[in-house]
Amino acid sequence: MSWLAILVLILVVVMVAAAIFAITRKDLIIAVIGTSVISVVLSVLFYILQAPDVALTEAAIGVALSTIIFVIAIKKTDRYEE
Amino acid sequence: MRKAVSIILLAIVGYYMFSVFLSMPFGEKRDGVGKHYLENTLKETGAVNTVTAIVVSYRGFDTLGEVTVLFLAATGLGAILFDKRGKKRRHQYASLIVRVTSNILYPLIVLLGAYVFVHGHLTPGGGFQGGAIIATGVLLMFMSYRKFEANHKALSIVESLAGLTFVTVGLGGLIYGGSFLFNFLPLGTPGDLVSAGVIPIIYIAVGFKVGAELSGVLDTMLKTIR
Repeated sequence: MSWLAILVLILVVVMVAAAIFAITRKDLIIAVIGTSVISVVLSVLFYILQAPDVALTEAAIGVALSTIIFVIAIKKTDRYEE
Repeated sequence: MRKAVSIILLAIVGYYMFSVFLSMPFGEKRDGVGKHYLENTLKETGAVNTVTAIVVSYRGFDTLGEVTVLFLAATGLGAILFDKRGKKRRHQYASLIVRVTSNILYPLIVLLGAYVFVHGHLTPGGGFQGGAIIATGVLLMFMSYRKFEANHKALSIVESLAGLTFVTVGLGGLIYGGSFLFNFLPLGTPGDLVSAGVIPIIYIAVGFKVGAELSGVLDTMLKTIR
Protein backbone atom coordinates (compact mmCIF):
# COMPACT_ATOMS: atom_id res chain seq x y z
CA MET A 1 0.00 0.00 0.00
CA SER A 2 1.41 3.35 -0.98
CA TRP A 3 1.33 6.41 1.27
CA LEU A 4 -1.26 8.04 -0.97
CA ALA A 5 -3.64 5.09 -0.63
CA ILE A 6 -3.28 5.17 3.16
CA LEU A 7 -3.97 8.93 3.17
CA VAL A 8 -7.07 8.45 1.02
CA LEU A 9 -8.24 5.69 3.35
CA ILE A 10 -7.80 7.92 6.41
CA LEU A 11 -9.71 10.75 4.71
CA VAL A 12 -12.58 8.45 3.75
CA VAL A 13 -12.79 7.12 7.32
CA VAL A 14 -12.88 10.69 8.66
CA MET A 15 -15.66 11.51 6.18
CA VAL A 16 -17.79 8.54 7.22
CA ALA A 17 -17.19 9.34 10.90
CA ALA A 18 -18.24 12.96 10.35
CA ALA A 19 -21.38 11.82 8.51
CA ILE A 20 -22.34 9.48 11.36
CA PHE A 21 -21.61 12.27 13.84
CA ALA A 22 -23.87 14.61 11.85
CA ILE A 23 -26.87 12.28 11.70
CA THR A 24 -26.75 11.27 15.36
CA ARG A 25 -26.65 14.78 16.90
CA LYS A 26 -29.85 16.25 18.32
CA ASP A 27 -28.40 19.78 18.19
CA LEU A 28 -28.76 20.70 14.52
CA ILE A 29 -26.10 23.44 14.53
CA ILE A 30 -23.51 20.83 15.55
CA ALA A 31 -24.87 18.49 12.85
CA VAL A 32 -24.30 21.24 10.25
CA ILE A 33 -20.71 21.60 11.46
CA GLY A 34 -20.37 17.83 10.87
CA THR A 35 -21.53 18.20 7.26
CA SER A 36 -19.06 21.03 6.69
CA VAL A 37 -16.27 18.77 8.00
CA ILE A 38 -17.34 16.28 5.30
CA SER A 39 -16.95 19.04 2.70
CA VAL A 40 -13.48 20.03 3.91
CA VAL A 41 -12.22 16.44 3.74
CA LEU A 42 -13.96 15.89 0.40
CA SER A 43 -12.20 18.90 -1.09
CA VAL A 44 -8.81 17.52 0.01
CA LEU A 45 -9.83 14.20 -1.54
CA PHE A 46 -10.74 15.91 -4.83
CA TYR A 47 -7.32 17.58 -4.82
CA ILE A 48 -5.60 14.22 -4.35
CA LEU A 49 -7.69 12.79 -7.21
CA GLN A 50 -6.26 15.52 -9.50
CA ALA A 51 -9.37 17.67 -9.73
CA PRO A 52 -8.20 20.99 -8.21
CA ASP A 53 -11.02 23.00 -9.76
CA VAL A 54 -13.67 20.76 -8.20
CA ALA A 55 -11.77 21.03 -4.92
CA LEU A 56 -12.00 24.85 -5.11
CA THR A 57 -15.75 24.68 -5.74
CA GLU A 58 -16.29 22.19 -2.92
CA ALA A 59 -14.26 24.30 -0.50
CA ALA A 60 -16.10 27.54 -1.30
CA ILE A 61 -19.64 26.23 -1.68
CA GLY A 62 -19.69 23.19 0.59
CA VAL A 63 -17.87 24.71 3.52
CA ALA A 64 -18.98 28.33 3.49
CA LEU A 65 -22.14 28.99 1.50
CA SER A 66 -24.28 25.88 2.10
CA THR A 67 -23.32 25.85 5.80
CA ILE A 68 -24.51 29.43 6.28
CA ILE A 69 -27.74 28.69 4.42
CA PHE A 70 -28.39 25.71 6.74
CA VAL A 71 -27.62 27.89 9.77
CA ILE A 72 -30.09 30.57 8.60
CA ALA A 73 -32.77 27.90 8.07
CA ILE A 74 -32.14 26.46 11.56
CA LYS A 75 -32.27 29.94 13.09
CA LYS A 76 -35.70 30.46 11.56
CA THR A 77 -36.97 27.07 12.80
CA ASP A 78 -36.09 24.84 15.75
CA ARG A 79 -32.54 24.31 16.87
CA TYR A 80 -33.10 20.97 18.61
CA GLU A 81 -34.45 17.83 17.04
CA GLU A 82 -37.20 16.13 19.06
CA MET B 1 -44.90 -4.81 6.67
CA ARG B 2 -44.22 -1.39 5.16
CA LYS B 3 -40.75 -1.40 6.67
CA ALA B 4 -40.01 -4.84 5.19
CA VAL B 5 -41.17 -3.71 1.72
CA SER B 6 -39.08 -0.54 1.87
CA ILE B 7 -36.02 -2.48 3.04
CA ILE B 8 -36.42 -4.94 0.13
CA LEU B 9 -36.83 -2.10 -2.38
CA LEU B 10 -33.79 -0.31 -0.96
CA ALA B 11 -31.78 -3.54 -1.15
CA ILE B 12 -32.70 -3.99 -4.84
CA VAL B 13 -31.80 -0.36 -5.69
CA GLY B 14 -28.61 -0.66 -3.65
CA TYR B 15 -27.59 -3.89 -5.39
CA TYR B 16 -27.95 -2.35 -8.86
CA MET B 17 -26.21 0.89 -7.85
CA PHE B 18 -23.34 -1.13 -6.38
CA SER B 19 -22.98 -3.37 -9.45
CA VAL B 20 -22.91 -0.31 -11.74
CA PHE B 21 -20.32 1.24 -9.42
CA LEU B 22 -18.19 -1.91 -9.60
CA SER B 23 -18.28 -2.03 -13.40
CA MET B 24 -17.09 1.57 -13.76
CA PRO B 25 -13.38 1.98 -14.39
CA PHE B 26 -12.18 4.59 -11.90
CA GLY B 27 -9.56 6.98 -13.27
CA GLU B 28 -7.88 4.35 -15.43
CA LYS B 29 -8.38 4.71 -19.17
CA ARG B 30 -8.41 7.95 -21.05
CA ASP B 31 -9.76 7.08 -24.45
CA GLY B 32 -12.63 8.05 -26.69
CA VAL B 33 -13.71 11.66 -26.60
CA GLY B 34 -11.46 12.46 -23.63
CA LYS B 35 -8.39 11.53 -25.64
CA HIS B 36 -9.52 13.81 -28.47
CA TYR B 37 -9.88 16.70 -26.03
CA LEU B 38 -6.49 16.09 -24.43
CA GLU B 39 -4.73 15.94 -27.79
CA ASN B 40 -6.48 18.73 -29.70
CA THR B 41 -7.53 21.31 -27.12
CA LEU B 42 -4.34 23.36 -27.30
CA LYS B 43 -4.31 23.82 -31.05
CA GLU B 44 -8.09 24.21 -31.40
CA THR B 45 -8.83 26.66 -28.59
CA GLY B 46 -5.42 27.90 -27.39
CA ALA B 47 -6.35 27.25 -23.76
CA VAL B 48 -3.77 25.51 -21.57
CA ASN B 49 -6.45 24.35 -19.12
CA THR B 50 -8.38 21.58 -20.88
CA VAL B 51 -11.25 21.60 -18.37
CA THR B 52 -11.90 25.28 -19.06
CA ALA B 53 -11.74 24.71 -22.80
CA ILE B 54 -14.40 21.99 -22.49
CA VAL B 55 -16.62 24.00 -20.14
CA VAL B 56 -16.50 27.28 -22.06
CA SER B 57 -15.73 26.33 -25.63
CA TYR B 58 -16.79 22.79 -26.52
CA ARG B 59 -19.69 22.73 -24.07
CA GLY B 60 -20.23 26.49 -23.88
CA PHE B 61 -23.94 26.23 -24.53
CA ASP B 62 -24.36 24.03 -21.44
CA THR B 63 -22.53 26.65 -19.39
CA LEU B 64 -25.00 29.28 -20.61
CA GLY B 65 -27.78 26.98 -19.40
CA GLU B 66 -26.11 26.52 -16.01
CA VAL B 67 -25.69 30.27 -15.58
CA THR B 68 -29.38 30.67 -16.45
CA VAL B 69 -30.35 28.05 -13.85
CA LEU B 70 -28.37 29.90 -11.18
CA PHE B 71 -29.97 33.17 -12.26
CA LEU B 72 -33.46 31.63 -12.02
CA ALA B 73 -32.70 30.21 -8.56
CA ALA B 74 -31.46 33.58 -7.30
CA THR B 75 -34.44 35.39 -8.84
CA GLY B 76 -36.93 32.92 -7.36
CA LEU B 77 -35.38 33.20 -3.91
CA GLY B 78 -35.48 36.98 -4.16
CA ALA B 79 -39.12 36.93 -5.30
CA ILE B 80 -40.13 34.78 -2.32
CA LEU B 81 -37.98 36.24 0.43
CA PHE B 82 -37.14 39.81 -0.57
CA ASP B 83 -38.78 42.36 1.66
CA LYS B 84 -38.32 45.94 0.57
CA ARG B 85 -38.17 47.30 4.11
CA GLY B 86 -36.11 44.37 5.30
CA LYS B 87 -36.11 43.35 8.92
CA LYS B 88 -33.85 45.69 10.83
CA ARG B 89 -30.86 43.62 11.70
CA ARG B 90 -29.63 44.07 15.21
CA HIS B 91 -26.67 46.42 15.09
CA GLN B 92 -24.47 44.20 17.14
CA TYR B 93 -20.96 43.86 15.83
CA ALA B 94 -18.77 40.82 16.10
CA SER B 95 -15.79 41.03 18.42
CA LEU B 96 -12.85 43.31 17.65
CA ILE B 97 -10.60 40.40 16.64
CA VAL B 98 -13.10 39.10 14.09
CA ARG B 99 -13.67 42.59 12.66
CA VAL B 100 -9.97 43.43 12.25
CA THR B 101 -9.19 40.03 10.74
CA SER B 102 -12.06 40.23 8.27
CA ASN B 103 -10.99 43.76 7.29
CA ILE B 104 -7.62 42.30 6.34
CA LEU B 105 -8.96 39.12 4.76
CA TYR B 106 -11.85 40.58 2.72
CA PRO B 107 -9.72 42.31 0.02
CA LEU B 108 -7.43 39.28 -0.14
CA ILE B 109 -10.34 36.86 -0.65
CA VAL B 110 -11.87 39.06 -3.35
CA LEU B 111 -8.45 39.32 -5.01
CA LEU B 112 -8.08 35.52 -4.93
CA GLY B 113 -11.51 35.13 -6.51
CA ALA B 114 -10.68 37.63 -9.24
CA TYR B 115 -7.36 35.86 -9.85
CA VAL B 116 -9.11 32.48 -10.14
CA PHE B 117 -11.57 33.64 -12.80
CA VAL B 118 -9.18 35.89 -14.74
CA HIS B 119 -6.70 33.00 -15.02
CA GLY B 120 -9.44 30.46 -15.76
CA HIS B 121 -7.85 29.39 -19.05
CA LEU B 122 -4.38 28.96 -17.50
CA THR B 123 -4.80 27.55 -13.97
CA PRO B 124 -7.42 25.31 -12.35
CA GLY B 125 -10.65 27.08 -11.58
CA GLY B 126 -12.76 29.56 -13.45
CA GLY B 127 -15.87 31.66 -13.35
CA PHE B 128 -17.97 29.57 -10.98
CA GLN B 129 -15.14 28.96 -8.53
CA GLY B 130 -14.00 32.59 -8.54
CA GLY B 131 -17.55 33.86 -8.09
CA ALA B 132 -18.14 31.49 -5.17
CA ILE B 133 -14.88 32.59 -3.52
CA ILE B 134 -15.90 36.26 -3.85
CA ALA B 135 -19.27 35.42 -2.30
CA THR B 136 -17.52 33.82 0.70
CA GLY B 137 -15.58 37.08 1.17
CA VAL B 138 -18.83 39.05 1.13
CA LEU B 139 -20.27 36.54 3.62
CA LEU B 140 -17.35 37.23 5.98
CA MET B 141 -18.19 40.94 5.90
CA PHE B 142 -21.90 40.20 6.48
CA MET B 143 -20.99 38.19 9.56
CA SER B 144 -18.57 40.77 11.00
CA TYR B 145 -20.55 43.96 10.35
CA ARG B 146 -24.28 43.81 10.82
CA LYS B 147 -24.65 47.12 8.95
CA PHE B 148 -22.82 45.85 5.86
CA GLU B 149 -25.45 45.70 3.14
CA ALA B 150 -25.37 44.76 -0.51
CA ASN B 151 -26.59 47.30 -3.03
CA HIS B 152 -29.18 45.25 -4.88
CA LYS B 153 -29.46 47.69 -7.78
CA ALA B 154 -25.70 47.57 -8.45
CA LEU B 155 -25.71 43.77 -8.09
CA SER B 156 -28.50 43.36 -10.64
CA ILE B 157 -26.77 45.75 -13.07
CA VAL B 158 -23.51 43.77 -12.81
CA GLU B 159 -25.44 40.52 -13.22
CA SER B 160 -27.34 41.73 -16.29
CA LEU B 161 -24.24 43.19 -17.96
CA ALA B 162 -22.32 39.95 -17.38
CA GLY B 163 -25.12 37.82 -18.82
CA LEU B 164 -25.41 40.21 -21.77
CA THR B 165 -21.64 39.92 -22.40
CA PHE B 166 -21.87 36.13 -22.49
CA VAL B 167 -24.74 36.13 -25.01
CA THR B 168 -23.18 38.92 -27.10
CA VAL B 169 -19.89 37.02 -27.39
CA GLY B 170 -21.84 33.90 -28.34
CA LEU B 171 -23.76 35.78 -31.03
CA GLY B 172 -20.48 37.30 -32.25
CA GLY B 173 -19.28 33.73 -32.80
CA LEU B 174 -22.48 33.03 -34.73
CA ILE B 175 -21.86 36.06 -36.97
CA TYR B 176 -18.11 35.72 -37.57
CA GLY B 177 -17.57 31.97 -37.26
CA GLY B 178 -20.85 30.34 -38.18
CA SER B 179 -21.74 28.72 -34.84
CA PHE B 180 -22.82 29.95 -31.43
CA LEU B 181 -19.83 30.68 -29.13
CA PHE B 182 -17.33 30.14 -31.95
CA ASN B 183 -13.85 31.27 -30.90
CA PHE B 184 -13.58 34.16 -33.36
CA LEU B 185 -10.79 36.16 -31.67
CA PRO B 186 -7.09 35.42 -32.34
CA LEU B 187 -5.82 32.57 -30.16
CA GLY B 188 -2.49 34.16 -29.22
CA THR B 189 0.42 32.38 -27.57
CA PRO B 190 -0.71 29.52 -25.31
CA GLY B 191 0.13 30.33 -21.69
CA ASP B 192 -0.19 34.12 -22.01
CA LEU B 193 -2.80 35.95 -19.97
CA VAL B 194 -4.35 37.36 -23.15
CA SER B 195 -4.78 34.21 -25.18
CA ALA B 196 -7.38 31.58 -26.09
CA GLY B 197 -9.68 34.06 -27.85
CA VAL B 198 -13.08 34.51 -26.25
CA ILE B 199 -12.59 32.05 -23.34
CA PRO B 200 -11.20 34.61 -20.81
CA ILE B 201 -13.91 37.15 -21.71
CA ILE B 202 -16.68 34.61 -21.11
CA TYR B 203 -15.16 33.34 -17.87
CA ILE B 204 -14.70 36.87 -16.50
CA ALA B 205 -18.38 37.54 -17.30
CA VAL B 206 -19.40 34.27 -15.59
CA GLY B 207 -17.27 35.15 -12.56
CA PHE B 208 -18.92 38.55 -12.13
CA LYS B 209 -22.35 37.01 -12.64
CA VAL B 210 -21.91 34.19 -10.14
CA GLY B 211 -20.30 36.47 -7.54
CA ALA B 212 -23.10 39.02 -7.81
CA GLU B 213 -25.84 36.37 -7.72
CA LEU B 214 -24.51 34.48 -4.70
CA SER B 215 -23.87 37.73 -2.79
CA GLY B 216 -27.44 38.82 -3.54
CA VAL B 217 -28.79 35.44 -2.35
CA LEU B 218 -26.83 35.69 0.92
CA ASP B 219 -28.01 39.26 1.50
CA THR B 220 -31.64 38.33 0.84
CA MET B 221 -31.47 35.35 3.18
CA LEU B 222 -29.65 37.18 5.97
CA LYS B 223 -32.26 39.96 5.88
CA THR B 224 -34.98 37.49 6.84
CA ILE B 225 -33.45 36.94 10.30
CA ARG B 226 -32.96 39.59 12.92
